[in-house]
Amino acid sequence: MTKVLELHGITKRFGALTANDGITLSLAQGEILALLGENGAGKTTLMNILFGHYAADDGWVRVFGQDMPPGRPRAAIEAGIGMVHQHFTLAANLTVLENVMLGSEPLGRLRSARQSARAKLLEIAEKFGLAVNPDAKISHLSVGERQRVEILKALYRDARVLILDEPTAVLARPEAQRLFETLREMTREGLSLIFISHKLHEVMSASDRVAVLRAGKLVAERETAQTSPKELAELMVGRQVERPVREPHEIGAPTLVARGITVGEGEETQLNEVSFTVHGGEILGIVGVSGNGQAALGALLSGLVHPSSGTLSLAGENAAALGPRSMIRAGAGRVPEDRHAEGVVGELALWENAVLERLRTSEFSRHGLVRQKVCKAYTADLIERFDIRGATPDTRTQLLSGGNMQKLILGRVLSSDPRFILANQPTRGLDEGAIAAVHAELLAARMAGAAILLISEELEEAVALSDRIQAIVKGRMSDPITADAATPQRLGLIMSGVWEAHADAS
Amino acid sequence: MRLERRSTTPLGLAIVAPLASVVAALVLAAGLIAAAGVSPFLAYGEMLRGALGSRLAVTEMLTRATPLIFTGLAAAVAFRARLWNIGGEGQFFVGALITAWIGHGLGLPGWLGVPTLMLAGMAAGAALLAGPAYLRLRFGVDEVVTTLLLNFIVILFVGMMIEGPLKDPLAFGWPQSVPVDGDFRLPDLVARTRLHIGLLFAVAAAGIVWLVLARTVFGAEMRAVGLNARASAFAGVSLTRTIMGAALLSGAMAGLAGAVEVTGVTAGVTTTMSPGFGYAGIVVAMLAALHPAGVVAAAIFVATVFVGADAMSRATGVPSFIADVIVALCLLTMIVALLFTTYRVRR
Amino acid sequence: MIEAIDLLFNTSLWAAVLRIATPLIFGVLGALLCERAGVLNLGIEGIMTLGAMTGWLAVFLGTPLWLGLVVAALCGAIMGLLHATLTVPLGLSQHVSGLGITLFASALASYLYRLIVEVGDLPPTIEPFRALDIPVLTDIPVLGPVLFSQALPTYLALLAVLVTAYVLARTPLGLAIRMTGENPHAVEAQGLNPMRIRVGAVVAGSALMAIGGSFLTMVAFDSFFPGMVQGRGWICIALVVFASWRPGKALVGALLFALFDAYQLRLQTVSEGVPYQLFLMAPYVLSILALVLVARRAEVPAALMIPHRRGDR
Repeated sequence: MTKVLELHGITKRFGALTANDGITLSLAQGEILALLGENGAGKTTLMNILFGHYAADDGWVRVFGQDMPPGRPRAAIEAGIGMVHQHFTLAANLTVLENVMLGSEPLGRLRSARQSARAKLLEIAEKFGLAVNPDAKISHLSVGERQRVEILKALYRDARVLILDEPTAVLARPEAQRLFETLREMTREGLSLIFISHKLHEVMSASDRVAVLRAGKLVAERETAQTSPKELAELMVGRQVERPVREPHEIGAPTLVARGITVGEGEETQLNEVSFTVHGGEILGIVGVSGNGQAALGALLSGLVHPSSGTLSLAGENAAALGPRSMIRAGAGRVPEDRHAEGVVGELALWENAVLERLRTSEFSRHGLVRQKVCKAYTADLIERFDIRGATPDTRTQLLSGGNMQKLILGRVLSSDPRFILANQPTRGLDEGAIAAVHAELLAARMAGAAILLISEELEEAVALSDRIQAIVKGRMSDPITADAATPQRLGLIMSGVWEAHADAS
Repeated sequence: MRLERRSTTPLGLAIVAPLASVVAALVLAAGLIAAAGVSPFLAYGEMLRGALGSRLAVTEMLTRATPLIFTGLAAAVAFRARLWNIGGEGQFFVGALITAWIGHGLGLPGWLGVPTLMLAGMAAGAALLAGPAYLRLRFGVDEVVTTLLLNFIVILFVGMMIEGPLKDPLAFGWPQSVPVDGDFRLPDLVARTRLHIGLLFAVAAAGIVWLVLARTVFGAEMRAVGLNARASAFAGVSLTRTIMGAALLSGAMAGLAGAVEVTGVTAGVTTTMSPGFGYAGIVVAMLAALHPAGVVAAAIFVATVFVGADAMSRATGVPSFIADVIVALCLLTMIVALLFTTYRVRR
Repeated sequence: MIEAIDLLFNTSLWAAVLRIATPLIFGVLGALLCERAGVLNLGIEGIMTLGAMTGWLAVFLGTPLWLGLVVAALCGAIMGLLHATLTVPLGLSQHVSGLGITLFASALASYLYRLIVEVGDLPPTIEPFRALDIPVLTDIPVLGPVLFSQALPTYLALLAVLVTAYVLARTPLGLAIRMTGENPHAVEAQGLNPMRIRVGAVVAGSALMAIGGSFLTMVAFDSFFPGMVQGRGWICIALVVFASWRPGKALVGALLFALFDAYQLRLQTVSEGVPYQLFLMAPYVLSILALVLVARRAEVPAALMIPHRRGDR
């Protein structure tokens, strides 16, 4: 088989961290290679080097036998490499055609050749079965459609090698399946593909070959047909990490009750008459593809937005109008979806973040003055109790790893023994060790009687932790099913929004 | 080449940064002085002598530094909360105007009248900034433009008042407001100079602002909001209250600058009484890296440049606008220097 | 009252509108170009001042008028390059850097001016651009004197609107500029360098601003004095928001503003007993009101004021 792509001895360091360590890898014509690894294993860095976003400290890249100059995306594109980024690189206020055309014409040209560009785009879209309206604004497209545009952008530039970074992160399972079918079609047209993933099942079902990265090193390459999920899991994690298991126990009284809650109005409706109940000692999992109302649900239970109709009660008291601080006072603990954007103020010291939520309580301030000694002692205690590594109360929070930052946030929440805990994507972007630690804390809180609402896009996680599960689709929520009844088929169904049909059938 | 975040900023570097930026600005300005046909060494020597060379010079310099400390504090407070208050000049003038207006013929003894006037000046400055802060919070209107435009409006308003209702009949047609009563003139700090006890007020204000920023709940919340508004809101910090609070404190400081300048130096208000105190306050705050203690030092430096340049200009013929050039260059070199205290260059 | 209305039917008022609008048109286009690429340029006030000074100075030293425009543009471009260097590769605060540029450029203009003109001297004058009557068209009643009897820079300003609008909407370069203001990562992912595009836009935009400033000394007046820009730069920043970052609307905004300004100047002369400052305040008040009106539905370029770092996402 001819090699379309070769990477040799790629090394990349960021300060003290070696993100890629002497990686050698190749891709054959018409092949689908899966690049498997945990979060932080160096997959994205490697692909960014290949695409020229970063220059490697060491090593070389060859495309179709030609050496690639380092650090130049333009050279990569011209050599026939296309990249579909995990966080789409689209301008939301511009049209599909504009997004696709950008960079394809010489900048000195006095007039864009729109007509021929449109024809070419439509032709490619037709050929690969990626239907799209060239004049639609990106902001009006669904996530799946946006991904289609990302792929079309690469194809429009005549990519022969396509790199997809976590392509299914934002797709529902049926959509993901369709995507992989399309990708398979593309290899028949002569394209070669690399996709990055940390999901074993899709690696097993969609790839020809798997390369496993761990801590910046290439630890194994396997033909997909000759490996197993179990072997891949061991290769990926490298050590035996057991995720804690949910023990059966008595479930208490309803703690958080939402009835017919609507957030937003008209076109802007984000939650549509949703109802759910979380009992003491119970974890209620909310599953669904991202962008279906999870953000609004998170904001609602954090006290940042208020319902336009419906009732919300926490421990029997009306909680619909409470702001963040009152919510906390009423016994709610909140783990936000985005650690960096919402969870902490990165530039501040650990201790300031640890007490920020309760700065105005008499525990941490008196007569408007911050009790720094108390705050720091409290933070030192958190560091100890929640095993936050490599930090003192005075460390700038930004310097913590993702896992340790999450432990800080969890610690801040759990140390006040909340009645209700909102855990919004609590393990996103964490490695196995940190995931296990977060799961253990949540399960311990459950055993201690807290009512926990877990919003997760990781089905495995939701099933493992939750006592009951509800799906969220387009701002609406299914009825709960128990964890025992949550078979992959049933979850797949309710996550595509067909719970009503299902209810009819049963 | 790329920039990499330092995990900590060495203390030495934090102190060297402003010094290095000042040196860089002076070197750059030296070229312009040479263009005037004067040796930069001679010119800088004259500047130093003009600002620090005699007791009188020092008192003049400190007199000039006094309002700069206040306007520097105003900018530092606002910028910490990421509220871009560029309206220090306007707030200075409303503070000055209201002081002259109330302070003329106010039947109070001095010990009561002076604090009243100071409070009035603060209230006027705070009120002037509350408007743009409200517009930003309520309508999302960028406060940079509104505070800047308000500067022009205020200057015209001051002109209108001192040619109209507040016109001083004893000023022989010179556009000047009525003076504050003699009882409210601030006592001299050094006899037979213009230096008044307002300097002590300014230093005290820096201490109080430092206390507020570093030790109070409000100060901590303000820093948090300035650094990451979204995370602060999530943690339950009220953005409205915090930003409005910062606006009131900032406006009050700039307004106080006007009140102190009127009671301490000018007695009446003219449209030319500020050689850009409000704008220079921004430079002072940046040179101080937004730290209140640094504000005092930076204000003294900027005042030295201004007062020294006047003397130097008289001695050598180099236009005194060189002071504005140096101060502006300091702002630009300082933000670069600050970058290198938080980042290091890699390869 | 009748007089106030009569003023509106005065041809000289309408001829003045285009004249007053010209520096604003250049300024607002320049600011718009910078912001479309994602960089707020608060250096505008100083750059206009410097443009006014250097354009005047060049002509005063004997160059032809058109060369004065070029000199002003070059000086503006240099200031733009300084602002761009600080804010794009170094990623410094666009607010602070812009204010620094304004302070620096204004001070520099005053300093250089004083090197040549001593304090107390009468401001020296130059022979400014004269009205350029366009044959035939200028003889059309009313429209002729209003539209076709302007100075050369005014025609250039109108041309600049067309060119800017065309470039942004129809050329690959314009698309790259707009995309850089919306999402620089997208530009980078397509093999272009968003940093270079930003730097280029800021340099070009600053040159336009400086030309706008030079109009003040080379058409409106015939001499320079410090502070003569009087906040026109800030008004341009407000007008960009008012115009939703569109060149056509920017022209409309500048004309409306100029109409208002021309009208208030004439109204002053017929309004006895009203302090003239009230009239002078009105344009600034109007700018603030315009901002409040449009702020909620402004379509801000998504990446405005967000520094771009390579590979950083």
